Amino acid sequence: MEFGPYLFIASLEGAITAAVLALTAVGLSIVFGIMRVVNVAHGEFYMLGAVFAWWITNLIGGHPAVGFVAAVIITPVLVGVLAVIADHLILRKIDYDPERTIVATIGLLYVIQQTTLMTFGPEARPVEAPFNKRIALPWIEYGEQGLALIWPWGLSTTTYKLAVIVAAIFILLMLWLLMTRTRIGLIMRATQLDREMATAHGIPVNKVYALVFGLGAGLAALGAVLIVPIQQAHYLMGADPLLLSFIVVIIGGLGSVVGTIVAALFIGLSDGIISVFFTPTLAKIIATLAVAFVLVFRPQGMFGKPE
Amino acid sequence: MSTAVRSSILHLSVLCLLATLFFILPEYHSGNIARILIMAVYAMGYNLLFGYTGLLSLGHALFFASGMYGLGLSIDHLGLSAAPAMLVGLFSALAISTIIGFLALRTSGVAFMIVTLMFAQAGYLTILLAGKYTRGDEGFVIKQSDRIIAGIDLSQADNRYFAALILFAIVFIFIGILVNTRFGKTLVAIRENSERARMLGYDIQRHKLIAIIISGSLSGVAGAAYALLFGYAGATFSTVQYSIYPLLWVLLGGAGTTIGPLIGTVFMTYLIDISSEYTSAYMLIAGLVLILLTLFAPQGLAGVLRKKFLPWLP
Amino acid sequence: MSLLSTKGLSKNYAGLQAVNSVDFDLPEGQIRALIGPNGAGKTTFVGMLSGRIESSQGQVYFDGTDITGMPAHRRMGLGMAYTFQITSIFSKLSVHENVALAARRVIGGNNSQVRLRIKEVLNKVHLVDRADQIAGDLSYGHQRLLEIGMGLAQSPRLFILDEPTQGLAENEIDDFILLIQALSAETTVLLIEHNMDVVMRTANYITVLNFGETLAEGTPNEIRANQEVQAAYLGKN
Repeated sequence: MEFGPYLFIASLEGAITAAVLALTAVGLSIVFGIMRVVNVAHGEFYMLGAVFAWWITNLIGGHPAVGFVAAVIITPVLVGVLAVIADHLILRKIDYDPERTIVATIGLLYVIQQTTLMTFGPEARPVEAPFNKRIALPWIEYGEQGLALIWPWGLSTTTYKLAVIVAAIFILLMLWLLMTRTRIGLIMRATQLDREMATAHGIPVNKVYALVFGLGAGLAALGAVLIVPIQQAHYLMGADPLLLSFIVVIIGGLGSVVGTIVAALFIGLSDGIISVFFTPTLAKIIATLAVAFVLVFRPQGMFGKPE
Repeated sequence: MSTAVRSSILHLSVLCLLATLFFILPEYHSGNIARILIMAVYAMGYNLLFGYTGLLSLGHALFFASGMYGLGLSIDHLGLSAAPAMLVGLFSALAISTIIGFLALRTSGVAFMIVTLMFAQAGYLTILLAGKYTRGDEGFVIKQSDRIIAGIDLSQADNRYFAALILFAIVFIFIGILVNTRFGKTLVAIRENSERARMLGYDIQRHKLIAIIISGSLSGVAGAAYALLFGYAGATFSTVQYSIYPLLWVLLGGAGTTIGPLIGTVFMTYLIDISSEYTSAYMLIAGLVLILLTLFAPQGLAGVLRKKFLPWLP
Repeated sequence: MSLLSTKGLSKNYAGLQAVNSVDFDLPEGQIRALIGPNGAGKTTFVGMLSGRIESSQGQVYFDGTDITGMPAHRRMGLGMAYTFQITSIFSKLSVHENVALAARRVIGGNNSQVRLRIKEVLNKVHLVDRADQIAGDLSYGHQRLLEIGMGLAQSPRLFILDEPTQGLAENEIDDFILLIQALSAETTVLLIEHNMDVVMRTANYITVLNFGETLAEGTPNEIRANQEVQAAYLGKN
């Protein structure tokens, strides 16, 4: 394949990464923004999403679409409930102290990951996509008759991959409506602005926190359900999304949802494109160093304004 | 009896007990304890920063690995002998902790934790990237003939045990003295109330930087000693897991106590050893212990002892 | 010779002028009170003197040296001491260690001298009997005394007291007044205070700030008689 079409494919794959990453990172971002804590176990909620999706589709059987639709609905709720339980048993008990929360969620990371290893096992398991038609993609080329559309061999994607992008946009829109147009969203934003004031106005802050933690985990799980027909479920799959979400949230500006989405697009797309030019390891080194240096020299994020 | 006398007696008895253990325990355990002693050195280095200065790093594996690879690579590729290679290990960790300290100290709290985590992760990936020299995850063996200092073969079980014990003793006594100096007490003041310490006229940033450098260098010495005594260097030792371990050991044993890192390392190593005989998911134990400690005993075992029974515990 | 002075010292926060071009002179040996209604800029002004707040414009001189850009800890090193408006002690450490931390920075590692200084200071602030207690277990009044003790242990040339009597009971305030009066023998004092009774009984000289500017300066009697000062205070209340 020539370079142009190759880059096009890489960008398309990047867009899928960006879509799923946006969901996962926004989950991390609202938890940080509203609760002021960093959830290190966030990647494990993502992993649980993929594993539960495998489990549910296998349990239901029949046409892959039936199981998959069930997984899309049940998995985020299930993972969200687990997160609410974790919030209740752990985070609330340490009063959301930022440093102790990090230590406790590192513990939670190992508990979730290792429990999955003991039950689900070390294998990677596939989930069948509900639909998966291959579509050939056109490319514009300047030939003897001027500009012409051609269909290079290998330049193709699937309906499912395109659907992932559409679904992610839809979910983010729903989230935006939830945050800006509903009473619960108003309550969340009020809590984010000032916890004491919210308490004084009779907002049940503890319930809001539990809800936000559940919602954050649910978003990560939903991202994983969408990606699992492309990637397979594995007990160690949480590490990369955690790292990438960190990168996105930090570069986007801690706690800013819009910044997070912009950064997810940027990182997701460049992840696809960078891997064309660099080895994945070098790309990861650059990304981790970028996070560290942004925090050191521009703690408000690349898109935030200095204080 | 004064606190200082009591604490010296405690420190010396611990060292005597450890020396005696070699002759009592079967060989498997003495090998294990040599490993624990080296890891306890790592934990003591970590404790100086976390327990005494109040800075929670999630990237100490970088310093441990700097020492380990500083020694390992200089033996493997430069043909140095063990003693000078040990110094290379020490100075690599010293240089890297100076740079990281300088950068990371521009942040604080949660940002400090994430910055140290990211730098360590970049270090781990760099070791993988330089697989040609480091042989990545697989790692490399340090030959028995390279593991001799002053004619003493450190691959022998008894030599190894006492070399580990001597290193442990030096660091144990060093920390015991350091935390009682003006510098050590200032670190505690910074941990307890850094703004007050600053307005008493202490240079907080300089103290923190020195604490990171000492802490990182001790971690590096532990890494170099590990490679030398056990003849192996590998990228596993620079993963996040090896940054979490010292945190776990120190939290369990008791942060900000001289004896805590040893207690925590002993308990945790045996817990993980025993559970790994039954399941491959042995890190489950580490996770549970982290959560339970955070919830119920943030002061750790030695901290509980100090609070309930022995208020003089150093 | 003035120990501390400022020239055109200003601070604005995003357009809000908290302190506006203040010229200030504090001669050695004085007990100077800095007063003014809430929001007059006292806290910001003192913050710029001690180095906790960066100034927007103007200079601060200490003993003739320009210390405008100097970090707080170095200013303390030159001989300033500062007590916090909201009690700030090492609450998990002993009373003895609290004072020791202050003394050690000045005296160095000489343990016998440090011990001597601690004893002297604890005597002055009447906490000798409580030296081994954990500072956080002390009553509020004793914690305020400990703060003063930590300042004294540094043998400061300039002692900045930021509302030292805030939250104290009447009888405790009387003891504080005696303590502050006794300080004049050994150090220069800058006292930020709301309680007029304390100000009138301790200060030799008073500076009044209002809306970030110097409204008046003078002896307690002059200030008491000053119409503008009365207006500023009455206007607020």
